[in-house]
Amino acid sequence: MSLQIDRKMVERVAVLSRLELSESEIAQFSAQLSDIVGYIEKINVLDTEQVEPLAHCLPVQNVFREDVPQPSLSNEQALANAPDQTDGYFIVPKILDDNSGA
Amino acid sequence: MSERLTALELRNAIAAKKLSSVEAVRDCLGRIEKYDPTLGAYISTFAEKALRDAEAIDKKIAAGQPVGLLAGVPVAVKDNMCTAFGPTTCGSKMLEHFHAPYDAHVIEQLLAADAVIIGKTNLDEFAMGSSTETSPLRKTVNPWDNARVAGGSSGGSAAAVAAGLCAAALGSDTGGSIRQPASFCGITGLKPTYGRVSRYGLVTYGSSFDQIGSLTRDVADAALMMNVIAGHDRRDSTSVAETLAPKIDYLADLNRPLDGLRIAYVPELHPGADPAVRKAFEDSMAVYRSLGAEPVEVTMPHYPYAIATYYVIATAEASSNLARFDGVHYGYRSGAADDYVEVYTKSRSEAFGAEVKRRIMLGTFALSSGYYDAYYLKALKVRTLIRRDFIAAFEKADCLMLPVSPTTAFKIGEKTDDPLKMYLADVYTIAVNLAGLPGMSVPCGFDENNLPIGLQIITDAFTEDKLLRIAQMYQNATDWHKRSPLL
Repeated sequence: MSLQIDRKMVERVAVLSRLELSESEIAQFSAQLSDIVGYIEKINVLDTEQVEPLAHCLPVQNVFREDVPQPSLSNEQALANAPDQTDGYFIVPKILDDNSGA
Repeated sequence: MSERLTALELRNAIAAKKLSSVEAVRDCLGRIEKYDPTLGAYISTFAEKALRDAEAIDKKIAAGQPVGLLAGVPVAVKDNMCTAFGPTTCGSKMLEHFHAPYDAHVIEQLLAADAVIIGKTNLDEFAMGSSTETSPLRKTVNPWDNARVAGGSSGGSAAAVAAGLCAAALGSDTGGSIRQPASFCGITGLKPTYGRVSRYGLVTYGSSFDQIGSLTRDVADAALMMNVIAGHDRRDSTSVAETLAPKIDYLADLNRPLDGLRIAYVPELHPGADPAVRKAFEDSMAVYRSLGAEPVEVTMPHYPYAIATYYVIATAEASSNLARFDGVHYGYRSGAADDYVEVYTKSRSEAFGAEVKRRIMLGTFALSSGYYDAYYLKALKVRTLIRRDFIAAFEKADCLMLPVSPTTAFKIGEKTDDPLKMYLADVYTIAVNLAGLPGMSVPCGFDENNLPIGLQIITDAFTEDKLLRIAQMYQNATDWHKRSPLL
C-alpha cells in the first residue's frame, strides 16, 4: 500500500537532482528509496491537523546590519578553485549554439 | 608520553614549561606516522606548519607573553570545516582538491586560542553517514577493534582522540555525528545547542540541524573546547545573540554537583537496545542515584518517529544545499561534458558517492510537486510534536538520559548494503537535532567484546553549563573515560 518509487519516478527525480544514473543505480535506488519512503510513511499515523510546522527549532529572527561594504574575496581568490577560468571569468561550454539569438 | 594527558593537562604543562609544545606536537606526529596507516583517522596532516606554530608558541611562553586557552595543544578538525591552509575535502571526490580561501569561524577561534592544528580528519562523504564508510578518500577503523567502524560521521575525529593522535578534536553533529562515534570509540562527545557555535565555514549538509562540537578525552576538555568555540558570530545568521545566550566560562563551575538532580528516562525506548547497552545504562543510573539524583520516568511518544522525520527534512535541506556543486565554480568537473547542463549533471554524477546521491534524490522527491505536503510539510509538523515531548520532559526533570546507540561499534561492511538499516542506528540521537538541543555522550561501560558504550545526556537549549556539570558528576565518580585502546 505504500508508495513504490518505480523506475519512472527515479528517472524523474534524477533529472530534477541533476544526476545521471546508470542502469544498475536506477534499479538499486528504486528498491532502496521504496524501502526508505515506506519507512517514512509511518509518520502518517500521527494526527497533525492542529499542529504548526517547525522550520527552525529555536526562535529565529531577522538579522540586520548597516548596509556598509565589508571585505570580501578578491576576484583571484574566488576563481582559485574554478575547474576552468580565464581573464577573471569562469569558463563554461557554450550555452547557446551559433544559430540562436537574434 | 604526552598522549595520555588531556588537552587541559597538556595546556597547563606547556604553559608551565614542564613540556614544550614542540615536544607534544612531535609525539603526536610520531604516533600518527606509526598508527594512522592502520587507523585511517586523518585525510591530511600539517607536520611542518604544526611544528612551526608550536615553536612560535613555545617562544611566546619563554618570553613570558600571555597565551591562549589551548596554547601549544595539538588539535584535529573534521575535514568539513574550511581552512585557508591545506585541502578541505569533505570526504568527497567532489572537493578532493578544493582549497578554501578562508578559515571557518571555529578555525579562527582555535588559532586565536593558540591551538596547533595538526590535521584534518576523515568523515562520511559530506557528513552523510553513521560509520565513516561513505568516504572514498580514507578507510577509518575503530581503535578498539580494527574490524569495526569508528562510527560516523565524525569517525576520523573520534578515532584520532581515542588513539592519542591528537589531544582533542572538532566534529559536526547533524543527526548524531559527534555523539555516536564518541560512544563507539570510548571518548566524550558534545553537540552544543543549535546556534551556540557559528557554522560559518562549515560545509553545509542540513542547515537547520548542523552544529559544530567537540570530541575529547573527558568532560573538562569538552568545557575547555566550549570556552574556545562558543559565542556569537555575525557571519552565521542563526548564531545566537550574546544577549539571548551569553558566553560563559564553562570550566568555572564544572565541579559543582547539581543538588537534587532529577533525571528523566524513557523505559519504553530501551527494549530496542542490546542487553550490554541496557545494563550499562542501568548501572549509570545507579551511579547517579548514589550521588543523590532522582530518576523520573517520562514518556516520549513521538521519539519513534524521529528517524522518519529527520530523513525527510535533512535530505530536503541537503538536496538544496548541494545544488551548489555545479562543476563550474569550484570542485570536480567532468571531462566528458559537451554542454552546460552536461557539465552540471556529469560532474555531480561522477563525483558524488552513492549515499550522497541517495539523499539528494530523497530530498528532491520530498520537495517535488505532488509530494511536498504529504512528506515535507508533514515532517515539519511532526518535528513540532517531537520538540514538545522534550519540553514536557524538561518540566519534570533537569536532564534526559538515553543510550547513545542501540549497539556498540558494528563490523565494517555490516550495514553498507542496506541504507535503511544504517539509518536506524541513529534512533537515540536524531531527535535531539530535530529539537536543536545540546547533548553529550560519555563513556559508561564496555560490552563482552571490550567495546565501549556511551551514555547520552540531554538538557534544554543553551544550558551547556548544566549539561557539562551533570556529565562531570558522572566522570568524577567513574573511570570509564580513562581507559584507552591497546594499539
